[in-house]
Amino acid sequence: MIGFQYARAGDVTDAVRLMAGDPRAKFVAGGTNLIDLMKMDVERPSMVIDINRLPLKEVEEVPGGGLRIGALVRNTDLAYNALVEERYPVLASALLAGATQQLRNMASTGGNLLQRTRCHYFYDTATPCNKREPGSGCSAIGGQNRMHAILGASDACIAVHPSDMCVAMAMLEAMVRVTGASGERAIPFAEFHRLPGETPERDTNLSAGEIITAVELPPRGFATNYTYLKIRDRLSYAFALVSVAAGLELEGGTIKEGHFALGGIAHKPWRDPQAEAALRGQPANAKTFALAADIFLRDAEGYEHNAFKIDLARRCIMRALSQAAAGTPQSQSSKKIV
Amino acid sequence: MAPYIGTATSRIDGIAKVTGAAKYAAEFNVPGLLHGSVVTSTIAKGRITRLDTSAAMRVKGVIDVLTHENRPPMADNDQAYKDDVAPPGSPFRPLYDDKIKFNLQPIALVVAETSEVARFAASLVTVEYEEVAHVTDIFAARDAAVPIKPPASPVGFTPPKARGQPNRALARAAVRHEGEYYVPIEHHNPMELYGATVIHESDGKLTVYDKTQGVQNVQRYLCGVFGMKPEGVRVLSPFVGGAFGSGLRPQFEAVLAVLAARALERSVRVVLTRPQMYALGYRPAMVQRIALGADADGTLDAIAHDAVTATSQFEEYFRQETGWSGLLYKCANAKYEHKLARLDLPTSCDMRAPSAPTALFALESAMDELAVALELDPLELRLRCYSERDQNHDRPFSSKALRECYRQGAEAFGWNKRNGAPRSMRDGSELVGWGMATGIWEALQMPITVRIALTANGSAEVACATSDIGTGTYTIMAQVAADMLGLPLENISIKLGDSTLPNSPVEGGSWIAASVSNGIATTVAAVRNELLELAKKVPNSPLANAAPDEVKLADGMIVDERDGSRSVSIADAMRHGGVERIEQEETTNPTADDSRARNTHSAVFAEVKIDEEIGVIRVTRVVSAIAGGRVLNTKTASSQILGSVVWGIGMALHEETLIDHKLGRVMNANIAEYHVPVNADVHDIKVIFVHEHDDSNPLGVKGLGEIGIIGVAPAIANAVYHATGKRVRDLPITLDKLHP
Ligand SMILES: Cc1cc2nc3c(=O)[nH]c(=O)nc-3n(C[C@H](O)[C@H](O)[C@H](O)COP(=O)(O)OP(=O)(O)OC[C@H]3O[C@@H](n4cnc5c(N)ncnc54)[C@H](O)[C@@H]3O)c2cc1C
Ligand code: SF4
Repeated sequence: MIGFQYARAGDVTDAVRLMAGDPRAKFVAGGTNLIDLMKMDVERPSMVIDINRLPLKEVEEVPGGGLRIGALVRNTDLAYNALVEERYPVLASALLAGATQQLRNMASTGGNLLQRTRCHYFYDTATPCNKREPGSGCSAIGGQNRMHAILGASDACIAVHPSDMCVAMAMLEAMVRVTGASGERAIPFAEFHRLPGETPERDTNLSAGEIITAVELPPRGFATNYTYLKIRDRLSYAFALVSVAAGLELEGGTIKEGHFALGGIAHKPWRDPQAEAALRGQPANAKTFALAADIFLRDAEGYEHNAFKIDLARRCIMRALSQAAAGTPQSQSSKKIV
Repeated sequence: MAPYIGTATSRIDGIAKVTGAAKYAAEFNVPGLLHGSVVTSTIAKGRITRLDTSAAMRVKGVIDVLTHENRPPMADNDQAYKDDVAPPGSPFRPLYDDKIKFNLQPIALVVAETSEVARFAASLVTVEYEEVAHVTDIFAARDAAVPIKPPASPVGFTPPKARGQPNRALARAAVRHEGEYYVPIEHHNPMELYGATVIHESDGKLTVYDKTQGVQNVQRYLCGVFGMKPEGVRVLSPFVGGAFGSGLRPQFEAVLAVLAARALERSVRVVLTRPQMYALGYRPAMVQRIALGADADGTLDAIAHDAVTATSQFEEYFRQETGWSGLLYKCANAKYEHKLARLDLPTSCDMRAPSAPTALFALESAMDELAVALELDPLELRLRCYSERDQNHDRPFSSKALRECYRQGAEAFGWNKRNGAPRSMRDGSELVGWGMATGIWEALQMPITVRIALTANGSAEVACATSDIGTGTYTIMAQVAADMLGLPLENISIKLGDSTLPNSPVEGGSWIAASVSNGIATTVAAVRNELLELAKKVPNSPLANAAPDEVKLADGMIVDERDGSRSVSIADAMRHGGVERIEQEETTNPTADDSRARNTHSAVFAEVKIDEEIGVIRVTRVVSAIAGGRVLNTKTASSQILGSVVWGIGMALHEETLIDHKLGRVMNANIAEYHVPVNADVHDIKVIFVHEHDDSNPLGVKGLGEIGIIGVAPAIANAVYHATGKRVRDLPITLDKLHP
């Protein structure tokens, strides 16, 4: 094992201070991603700052109707939290679609936001990869790219963000609360993850030294008409080829407001205001959904192995929106697509 | 022959396994044990021009870094590296020279005081290469593929000869089907990582705990590679956490650990990482063309089966992939062409039922397509083509209850309720598909030696160098010995997985159950004879006039089979003769009779439910009906079939080793990304053993380790067609292949 320092932070201030002292340090929460990457020699932090004792483990109601989720709330605890189940069932569903029970027991909210891509090349230090080693090239372009992006990719990187939880949070318009040496700030979810552009090594807009303290959900939870539909290469325990978090507010058969975000297709959970605008005020039917899907995918581009995702995404958007409209969300235990 | 044979006896090693008392190769410890970490190549082909180990050597706790430049001597001729089951060619020699023959090839071993230090230091070894163009894609190498040569080696296979006039028969056939089928490279992915612990004994001898399917094969191989005397190396493998064929040939972890132990005169352990497991053998990728011609009534008249299989540049691995086609169905005209494509990869190797799941994916998909063309129920087509003879060698079968498999399987599945038209059956938003396929495998038996030591207190030790790779060999050996010696199961102890024990072949080919059970029967007969001699000497012995084949051992007694009241207890016979212990060792050879074909068969029925729009496939039911001779243990046997069916689901829907052909490197070299079925992918599986009497060996055992996987992938593929009307001819059937 590569030598590294270990420090345990007592509170947020302590964590930020420790981090400020060592630019090559990394926080560790559940460790389900960081430790794997360290074993594979992909991440080589000089110091690992254990934040598991920080008081960020609560799910609390915030005045005005939202919910504040501490960065250390485990994925399992969040998925089965009564308030989440009742008011943001799409988030509970997305969480349960991810990984396995054992991993979810360890995985934290903050760590899930910052988990890194599962691109095969990123994990194999014997291969070129711009995200791991800027300037070395992107092996996935012209290589094995079945799991890669169809939207928002660049010539430097075509990786996707692998999280399920984040797709629901993007759809819900969550806010990420962070604290750094210069104080606290809030980052809207849509601005949290980045597109690869010329700097694929940067996954997010978190500044150096900042710690995630919480994720805040706004009051609107789409608790009646929602779904999380995840399609993958086996029925469980695989990352999404395409996933859709959808929420609708209906008035009779008309869509008052509709949100949907996709996972598995871009460097970040992907939302498209224009596609959602195409839902607003329209009848909740297949025609509307198809139009929204077409707008959503208008710039989609496939590579050698993943071009099928464009059509798959279209079908998934339509199905997810109809599941949401019908009030029949996808079950995460029965794998039958409803 | 009660009370154990044929029952659902739980594994006698089960408690040891679940409590962790059962030790695996990498779990044996000695003080001062060193740990080796393997450095592997990052190119597929070329030469090492510079290997810098200085940074690794500087790490505290590193003892040495072994490379081709500084290793101790190893044999310099191919013969020394040929193991018992090596294919023709020039076997790979780990750390032999500067040549790189495949990606992930071991090129150095860092030996350190802890495995963590070794692994870290291994990451500091820098290597420079001179690269040469490589090819890892079977489609790119296909045109250059060369026909296989009938092998000289005893483990080789000769493709069957063509029969009749296949070209003419195809040309005149009323109904023809021709298709190309593809199965990608698959890896075994046993749970246990390959590892070897080599203990350097004080007298300089080596005790090697290795993960292998054949301890004596490894022992002979190590003696060859290192010029050691057989007495100087003992190889043990008491428990194996799955191997599935990957451990039939000695693997490089054992070579590297022995190399280091000899160089340093210390005890050394080497364990591969999960990615390094992809530098071992694999089920070869296979491109196959099948042409079938039939009369309008479904009589099969012509079969042509061409296959291209993948092997390395240095060895020619193949099995009888094409031959299955001419064996399974009655067909007067048949021809085969089998070629090898040489790739810059390790040599392909046996993987559960080598060649048959792949070959039968093609054949049984093609038969389904033919049934569609004939507008005939696919099961009915199989019955019309039912073969009572092995036409490849023009001989009868020793037994073949396949018809019964079809009947019982179809009944359990409810096949008669199938509507034949594709897309005709539904369950809400899901299309329902029912498909079926046949399976066939060999029923082999090998020479084996078994030693039994019986003590006067009525306990016996049964010893043989076979392995138990997780199949339940310990348990069936104990069951057979207990029944035949007439002793309770608890009184039997089993010794296996040790090269010093009586000779056994590698555990593979589904042949160990038949070999070892009949081997036990032979040795028990010798024990019985010795007991009878003693019993006769007891005063007024009721067995004074009994002949050996007139007595049996039961309930601790030697009993006259003609008159159960005439008996002498084993204890009395031995005590009276002043004998504390009887030991017999016998070798059992299989019958040399080639006049009959020996095969196991299966009929597999599968139901899939597929979301019509999105293409998500669920295998909701599988029925597997097996004709496999006598079942020694219904529990371990059905576990073998269940596991095989699950693997068949994986083969159909999930498994594929993804190679980046530009880099010539496996990219999904871990079991998060190399998909096998998880619980959610597995629903109802019903296993049926049909009655099948076989007299090829005294116990009527055929072996069940492999037949279960064969036929599963095509049954599922055929069900997918029935559900969707879409024929997928390349595995795995991922959902995108169902989209327009
Ligand atoms: C085999 C496997 C399958 C998986 N399948 C899925 C799946 O299907 N869907 C899915 O969504 N996920 C999946 N995951 C990923 C899993 O969800 C993530 O690994 C997990 O959410 C990461 O959380 P963690 O707390 O363990 O993070 P860690 O590994 O502890 O940390 C991850 C990163 O986040 C940083 N970090 C952690 N907390 C903070 C904080 N509060 N502030 C700032 N930085 C922080 C760390 O420094 C590190 O860089 C899978 C993982 C594995 C291993
Ligand atoms: S897609 Fe991104 S992560 Fe993958 S190889 Fe290219 S640069 Fe690396």
